[in-house]
Amino acid sequence: MAYLEVRNIRKSFGSTEVLKGIDFDLKQGEVLSIIGSSGSGKTTLLRCLNYLETADEGQVSLNGDVIFDANTIKQESSDQIRTRRLNFGMVFQQFNLFPQYTALENVMLAPNQVVPSILKAKKAEFKIQYEDLPFIERTRTINREVRKYRKYLLDNNKEMAKELLTRVGLHDKMGNYPCELSGGQCQRVAIARALAMRPNILCFDEPTSALDPELTGEVLKVIRELKETTNSTMIIVTHEMEFAKHVSDKVIFMANGVVEEAGTPKQVFDHPKSEKTVAFLKKAVEDTEYEEIGAVDNV
Amino acid sequence: MSFANVTLELLSGFGMTCLLFILTLAFALPLGLIICFGSMTKFKPVRYIVRGFVWIIRGTPLMLQLFVVFYVPGMVFNTPIFAPFGDYGRFVAALIAFVINYACYFSEIYRGGIESISKGQYEAGQVLGMTKGQIFFKIVLKQVIKNIVPPMSNEIITLVKDTSLARVIAVADIIFKAEEILSLKALIWPLFYAGAFYLIFNGLLTLLFRRTEKSLSYFHS
Ligand SMILES: Nc1ncnc2c1ncn2[C@@H]1O[C@H](COP(=O)(O)OP(=O)(O)OP(=O)(O)O)[C@@H](O)[C@H]1O
Ligand SMILES: [Mg+2]
Repeated sequence: MAYLEVRNIRKSFGSTEVLKGIDFDLKQGEVLSIIGSSGSGKTTLLRCLNYLETADEGQVSLNGDVIFDANTIKQESSDQIRTRRLNFGMVFQQFNLFPQYTALENVMLAPNQVVPSILKAKKAEFKIQYEDLPFIERTRTINREVRKYRKYLLDNNKEMAKELLTRVGLHDKMGNYPCELSGGQCQRVAIARALAMRPNILCFDEPTSALDPELTGEVLKVIRELKETTNSTMIIVTHEMEFAKHVSDKVIFMANGVVEEAGTPKQVFDHPKSEKTVAFLKKAVEDTEYEEIGAVDNV
Repeated sequence: MSFANVTLELLSGFGMTCLLFILTLAFALPLGLIICFGSMTKFKPVRYIVRGFVWIIRGTPLMLQLFVVFYVPGMVFNTPIFAPFGDYGRFVAALIAFVINYACYFSEIYRGGIESISKGQYEAGQVLGMTKGQIFFKIVLKQVIKNIVPPMSNEIITLVKDTSLARVIAVADIIFKAEEILSLKALIWPLFYAGAFYLIFNGLLTLLFRRTEKSLSYFHS
């Protein structure tokens, strides 16, 4: 049994069926790249995994637990869905950083929202622990302990956020607002922000498509390092074929809402079986060459 | 009539102007938010009714609305509806008309502010496991405020000047007083003097808004 199992995901918008039964498996620590032409449903698939869209049919299970089932999702409360979506992290093409917060605050924001509910549980614990004290003394002690614990949690989150920003190479930009950062730096903050909620699987939707060509490298490097140093499980939708070839353990080629071809990078890139894959890869190569010629022309 | 006497007379009118301004803001700002939510609700009948109402209020002159609020209820119910307020009856009628009118304008500003926030901001909050309330208060609200400060400033400065319309139902605001002096004492300069009151008041407001804008200029959405 694989770590992540995606079964028969279908999704229509109105009368157009965008995902026509997607199946794939992923092992823990593996990196999956999803490639395919524009409009083939890659973004929609990621959005379904992150509950930003609700698939019409299909199941997703993680570690043996069903975390999405199209038949029962309607009965689930928004709190249940909210907890489940933390299994996945998401890095958007357009970064979607919160503009009014610094890089550090962007990373800390979500973890800090959880603090009150942790404190509530902790307070109940303290109540039992200090049961024997007289009432006033007890209230005072509990309040003091709760305050102390709150500070401990917030400090912890701050430390973690700093560590994450350092890991993506932004230790000197922690106090900067998104408008003061380059696109590549913004995207790296977004990666750190997604990591802060400790997702089991991190999803990227064309993380470098909104970037100037000279900035894509720094973001791809961070993703590569994540794979090497933390063995993160990742799903990456990308148009960077060279990158996909080198970083992935597994590649899926999507066309018109179906998985047209799946396999190791070697199988898909070097020995594609489907004609659609061959045509797509050929076009991708031409586009890159064209860009390179264009770049030379511009000089 | 001495300068001091004119000043005192105009000040009493200006008190009325300020009262109308402050109370209109106090009621119209929150009411506008409610109308805004009504105009954005997914429940279509409410949305259409609210948008239709806003369209009517924004599409007709405030002066006409003042007359409607002041005269029509009495005609419909066949009793003077503002009588219980005694001397303040006219003022209450004017206040109601101003609150309704400005709440509709404010609601559109709020709506513009909320709709200008990209879907991506909500989604980024969602995928981080934040609740709807957290997303609104921690992510969206400040960006909305930043977006609506400039149009709000314009509207509020217009409100200061619009209060002078209340005199059409004989609310004794500062222009009303200056006109009184004009007709009784044949003095024209108190009218221009009244203009200076508006200028100074709006000048102060402009400074306040500029500071607010500046305090939010550290980020761009
Ligand atoms: N919310 C929506 N409502 C209606 N149609 C949609 C919606 N989202 C996506 N689609 C349609 O679904 C199809 C697949 O879109 P999707 O964004 O998943 O493609 P993609 O593979 O990510 O493409 P790209 O490489 O351009 O990002 C497109 O035809 C798109 O127009
Ligand atoms: Mg896409």
